[in-house]
Amino acid sequence: MSHTVLDQIDGVVKGNDVVLFMKGTPQMPQCGFSQQVTSIVASYNVPYAAVNVLLDAAVRQGIKDYADWPTIPQLYIKGEFVGGCDIVNEMHANGELAEMLKPFQNNENS
Amino acid sequence: MSVRSDKIHAILTQAFQPSSLQVEDESWKHAGHAGAKESGGGHFVVHITAAAFSGKSRIACHRMINHTLKGEFGEVIHALSIHAKSA
Repeated sequence: MSHTVLDQIDGVVKGNDVVLFMKGTPQMPQCGFSQQVTSIVASYNVPYAAVNVLLDAAVRQGIKDYADWPTIPQLYIKGEFVGGCDIVNEMHANGELAEMLKPFQNNENS
Repeated sequence: MSVRSDKIHAILTQAFQPSSLQVEDESWKHAGHAGAKESGGGHFVVHITAAAFSGKSRIACHRMINHTLKGEFGEVIHALSIHAKSA
C-alpha cells in the first residue's frame, strides 16, 4: 500500500467535517448499504463530502487499511471514524448521530 | 443455514464462546449485484452475545469480530452485518 493513497485519504478525512466513503454517489448509490447510510446522513441536512470508492481501486483498498475496517460504507465525523452501516443505523435510531451531527447542520434561517 | 454460515458460526463460537449466536445467510437477497459477483462472497448477518464484548465500544466489538473473520473476507464474505451485545 503506497503512503500517497493513505495520505490522500487522511487529507479528505481531516479536511471535511463529515465524510462518507461509499460505493457510488449520493445521487446514485451502487450498493444497498451505501444507499442506507446516504439516506440517513442526508436526513440530517448536513453538508458532507462523499467519496465514491468505485472510481479508484487504490482508494477502495486504502480506506479499508486506513480505518482497519473491512467494509464500505464508512462514515467519518471531525476526522474520527464513526462506523459502517450497522453502527450508523444504530446511532441514528438511538439519537447519538443527531447529537454528533448537530454542530454541522445547515441553519435553515440563514 | 448454509455451509458458509456454518463456517462463520464455528469460527465465532471458538473465538468468543458466545452465550447466543445466530448467523444468517442473506446472500439470496443480493444475488447478482455487482460487488457480490466480483468477490464471490456472500452477505451474512451475525447476531452475537458474548461476555468478551463487555465494556467495549461498538467499533471495538465490530473490529474484534472482523479481525477474527479476516481470512473469510473475499471468497466467503462480501458483506457482514453485525449486531453484537455483551449481555
